[in-house]
Amino acid sequence: MSTIVETAAAETLVSEARTEVKPKPYMNPYLAGFGLGLVLLSAFVIMGRGLGASGAFSSMITSALHSVAPAHVEGNEFYSEYLGDGTVSPLKDWLVFEVIGLFLGGLLSGLISGRSKFTIEKGPNITAGKRLMFAFLGGGLMGFGAKLARGCTSGQALTGGAMLNVGSWAFMMCVFAGAYAFAYVMRRQWR
Amino acid sequence: MNAPFFKFEYFTPDFSLVIAILIGIGFGFFLEQAGFGSARKLAAQFYFRDMTVFKVMFTAIVTAMVGVFYLGWLGWLDISLIYLTPTYITPQVVGGLILGLGFVVGGYCPGTGMASLSTGRVDGMIYILGVFAGIFVFGESFSIWKDFYVSGKMGQITLYELTGIPYGVIMFLVILMAIGGFIGAEKVEKYFAKKDAEASK
Repeated sequence: MSTIVETAAAETLVSEARTEVKPKPYMNPYLAGFGLGLVLLSAFVIMGRGLGASGAFSSMITSALHSVAPAHVEGNEFYSEYLGDGTVSPLKDWLVFEVIGLFLGGLLSGLISGRSKFTIEKGPNITAGKRLMFAFLGGGLMGFGAKLARGCTSGQALTGGAMLNVGSWAFMMCVFAGAYAFAYVMRRQWR
Repeated sequence: MNAPFFKFEYFTPDFSLVIAILIGIGFGFFLEQAGFGSARKLAAQFYFRDMTVFKVMFTAIVTAMVGVFYLGWLGWLDISLIYLTPTYITPQVVGGLILGLGFVVGGYCPGTGMASLSTGRVDGMIYILGVFAGIFVFGESFSIWKDFYVSGKMGQITLYELTGIPYGVIMFLVILMAIGGFIGAEKVEKYFAKKDAEASK
């Protein structure tokens, strides 16, 4: 009796493993774009602001640094912008909560589509260590560049793009130009 | 209907944080569904193999742009109350180029990096650590960049205000450009798929 139960359990495990290695295909890009556009539109209509990402990371960094070196952060013009008047935590911020939601939304989508997996995304011709080094370096460039540009792909390109913001359109063209210009140099990582 | 609702105090600032989480969930969901949790899929855009980044981005921009325009035209949405990031053209051009480089090096942008992290991608996690590091470097060296950061100031300005071309006409041109881009993107994908298939023979 117990062997039958065990075999049945093992079979369920096998079939579960099978669904796990076979992730669902991605959504049609135009449909996903339409959904994303409606999310952005609802942010405009409900909040009077668009989406963002890099701003939340600035608030988190400011908060962390403020807890170790308050005087240093208060004396710094960049951090003090995220610190506000000091009456509320920089973490009690709309973008910080939106990024928490972003994490939850990604988690939910990955789980229901069988795409959640501890793995490294890379091309076949690069080692994992090198890929992670480039991921860190690219993240660093993005963090720095996004602060210089007053926003990243979400806050500038997407949000400002839909609002026909002059700086956002210039920014967006430059992101594509920069990426295409350096793509050849980085081809070993992806192709 | 008076929108943006928050600006007309339909709910409290504390409640806006609940809205933030809900909107964020929608944001993350569609980024992941589009395939933006994968650096390989994102990076393929810049090798003309997979134009999903362009397709998703411009469909989203057109959708929200048309929505804002018509809700404004109907008098339901006060467009002037929607926050517009001020334009500082020089740091935005330079910042954009740095982001472009960072995109092909790191494989993500901050938003898609979060989507990849949430599905267990280790490179996405390391990437987000890098973003923190980059912001930290910028913050610590801010006195060096301060003058450049405020250069090329143009204020809060839209393309229709800058050019004097009516809002609806600019919108129409953007839609035309997007449709042209989509047709081009489909052709480019087919061309490279064929080329790659021939090369692997």
